[in-house]
Amino acid sequence: MGYEKDFPMQQIVDKDGFLILEDYKDKITRDLVLTFYRHLIRVRTFDRKAKNLQRQGRIGTYAMFEGQEGAQVGSAMALKENDWMYPTYRDHAASITFGHSLPTILAYWKGRVEGGVPPKGKHIVPPSVPIATQLPLAAGTAMAEKYKGTNNAVICYFGDGATSEGDFHEGMNFASVFKAPVVFFNQNNSYAISVPIEKQMNSKTIAQKSAAYAIPGVRIDGNDIFVVYFETLKALERARNGHGPTLIEAVTWRYGAHTTADDPTKYRNQEESEKRREFDPVTRVEKFMKNYGYWDDEWVENQKQLVEEEINQAVIEMEAMPSPNVSDLFDHIFAEPTWTIQEQKNAYLTHLRGEASCNH
Amino acid sequence: MQSLTLIQAITDGMRTMLRERDEVLVLGEDVGKNGGVFRATDGLQEEFGESRVIDTPLSEAGIIGSSVGMAMNGLLPIAEIQFMGFIYPAYEQIMTHATRMRYRTMGAYSVPLVIRAPYGAGVRAPEIHSDSTEALFTHMPGIKVVCPSTPYDAKGLLISAIEDPDPVLFMESLRLYRSVRGEVPEGKYSVEIGKGVKRKEGEDITLIGWGAMMPVLEKAAMEAEKKLISCEIIDLRTLYPIDKDIIAESVQKTGRCVIVHEAHATGGLGNDIISIINDTSFLYMKAPIQRVTGADVHVPFFALEDHYLPTPDRVMEAIEKAIYF
Repeated sequence: MGYEKDFPMQQIVDKDGFLILEDYKDKITRDLVLTFYRHLIRVRTFDRKAKNLQRQGRIGTYAMFEGQEGAQVGSAMALKENDWMYPTYRDHAASITFGHSLPTILAYWKGRVEGGVPPKGKHIVPPSVPIATQLPLAAGTAMAEKYKGTNNAVICYFGDGATSEGDFHEGMNFASVFKAPVVFFNQNNSYAISVPIEKQMNSKTIAQKSAAYAIPGVRIDGNDIFVVYFETLKALERARNGHGPTLIEAVTWRYGAHTTADDPTKYRNQEESEKRREFDPVTRVEKFMKNYGYWDDEWVENQKQLVEEEINQAVIEMEAMPSPNVSDLFDHIFAEPTWTIQEQKNAYLTHLRGEASCNH
Repeated sequence: MQSLTLIQAITDGMRTMLRERDEVLVLGEDVGKNGGVFRATDGLQEEFGESRVIDTPLSEAGIIGSSVGMAMNGLLPIAEIQFMGFIYPAYEQIMTHATRMRYRTMGAYSVPLVIRAPYGAGVRAPEIHSDSTEALFTHMPGIKVVCPSTPYDAKGLLISAIEDPDPVLFMESLRLYRSVRGEVPEGKYSVEIGKGVKRKEGEDITLIGWGAMMPVLEKAAMEAEKKLISCEIIDLRTLYPIDKDIIAESVQKTGRCVIVHEAHATGGLGNDIISIINDTSFLYMKAPIQRVTGADVHVPFFALEDHYLPTPDRVMEAIEKAIYF
C-alpha cells in the first residue's frame, strides 16, 4: 500500500519561493519567471473580474479557478503552437494562457455560442462539461496526430472527480494501448463540488492510477508552477517522441465555490481555504522573484496595470457584442440544414416578424 | 456488375473508400484480424494494415469518443458497434460530443463520423442483441440515421455517409445481411442521404418501412393483391432526415397508409411519419393511419421474438383496417 511513496509529490520551488532542486537552476531563466508571473496575475485578475461580473448579473454562472492558476498556466505554457488543448469548464486559465481571447471566454460565460469558437490557428476545444467525456476524445485526437505522423501532442484536463467516471478509464486505456501522444493533466483540488476526495476514491493518489495502464504517472505540487511547467514539458516530449501518454496529478486547491451558484460553507470549513493561501501559486512566484532578485516594483506595477487595462477592454468588447443572432440557433447543427431545421427556422423567423400566417 | 449480399456490399463500400482516401479508418471490436463478428470487415486489415483497420479495446464509449477526436482532427473514421443493443455506453459520447461539436464551435470543428451498427431481431440471437432503437438517435439533433434494405443502397449510402460532413448512424439489418442479394456496381457511387425510394407502384394504400421490414411489406403487399388491394411500397432508407416529399406524394395519391417498424410504438419513428402526413396531407386521408410496430416491451428473448416482430399477417390486418374503415 505504499503508493504515496511510489508517487511522492514533487516540487521544484517550495512554498516560500526557494529553489529546492538545484538541477533546474540554469533552466529557470529570467524570461521564464517573468512570463510565469505575467500570466499568473493576468488570469487571477481575469477570474476575480469574471466573478464580479457574475455578481453584477453581467455574465451567467461562472466557474472560478482561483488557487489553480499555477497548474493551469504552467501546463499551458509547456505547449507548442500546434498542440491541442481539451480544457474543462474550470480551465480557462489554461486556455487563456495558450492563446484564447478574453472576450471569447467571457462570451462563453455569458451564454453565447461564440464562446466555444477556438481562436484562429489554435486548437482549443470548447470546455468539456459532462465530466471525463473529453478523455476518449483527446485520445482520438492524439491518435490522429500519430496517424498523420506529426510531432503534435494533446493535453487533456480533468479533475479528481473525473477519475470515478468510466470515460476516464476508457480514454486512458485507449491512449495507452495506441501509444497516443497525449498528456492527461489532472488537477486534484480535493473536491468534486461538495464531495471530498476520501469519498471519491480509496486510492491515496491519482498518479498511481497510471500503473493500471502501464504509463508514467507523476504527482506534483500543482501550486508550484515550476514543477508543473517542467513536468508537463517532459510528458509532452515523451508524447512527441512516440512514447505515449502520461498521467500528471497536480495537487492543488480551489479557494472558492464550485461555481458562482454554490456555497462552499455548506460542505467545508472555508478557514481551510484561507490556510491554503500559504501555498498560493501566485505569491510563490512573487516570493521567488524577491528571493532571487527578479522583483522590480516598477515592472510589476506596470504589468498589473497592463493586465487590468486588457481585462477591462475585454469586458467592453464582450458587452459590445451585437445581440445574439437567432439564426445561430439553427445554422450550425449540420453543414447544410436538414429540411426540418430549415422549416423550423423559417417558421420561427416568421413568428418573430409577427407575420405568422393565418388562413381565417 | 457483381452480385453481392447486403453485408458484402457494406464491405465493398468500406474497401472502396479505404482505397480512395487515406483519411478513412475503420475501428471497432474484432474488426481487424477477425474481420468483424459478422465478417463485415473481412480482409480489410489484410489489405490496409493495422493502422487503418484497428482492433480496439472492448469499449463502446472509447470507440466513439476516440473516433470523435479523430474526426475533429481531419480523419474520416468508420466506427463499428458490434450490436445496436451495445451502443448505449457510447450514447453519451454521441449525444454530448459527436452531434454537438459543430454547433458548439460554430463549425470550427465538425465530426464526419460514421457509426455502423447491426440492428434488429429475427435471427434467434441472444438477448440484447436484437434492439432497434433508431428513435433514440433520430430524436438527437446533429446526426443523420440511415438504414438500407438492399445491397445497392447499402454500398451507396455507406459511401454517402463516409463523405457526409456530419455524423451518420448507419444501421445494418442483421436479418438482411445474408438473406438479400443484388447487383452492386464496382467502384464508387453514392445513394443520397435523405431520399426514400418507391419499391412498388400502387393505388389503394401506401406501405412505409425500412431495413428488415421491407421483405415483410412486400409479402403483405402480395397478399393484398390477391384481395385486389393495390399497395404502394416506400422504403425510407434514411430515417433522419426523412424524405417528406416521397411520403406526401404517395399518400396524397392513395389516401391510406400503414407504417411498419420493429421498434417500440411509443416515441417510435412511425409517429414522426404520421406528423409528416398530418402536416402535408391531412385533407387527402380517407382513413386513420395504421401502425404495425413492436410493442412497448423489450425485444424479447428469442423464443418469443416472432410474436414481437411485425409479420405480413399483422400488416395485412392493418391494410384491411385502413381499406375498410
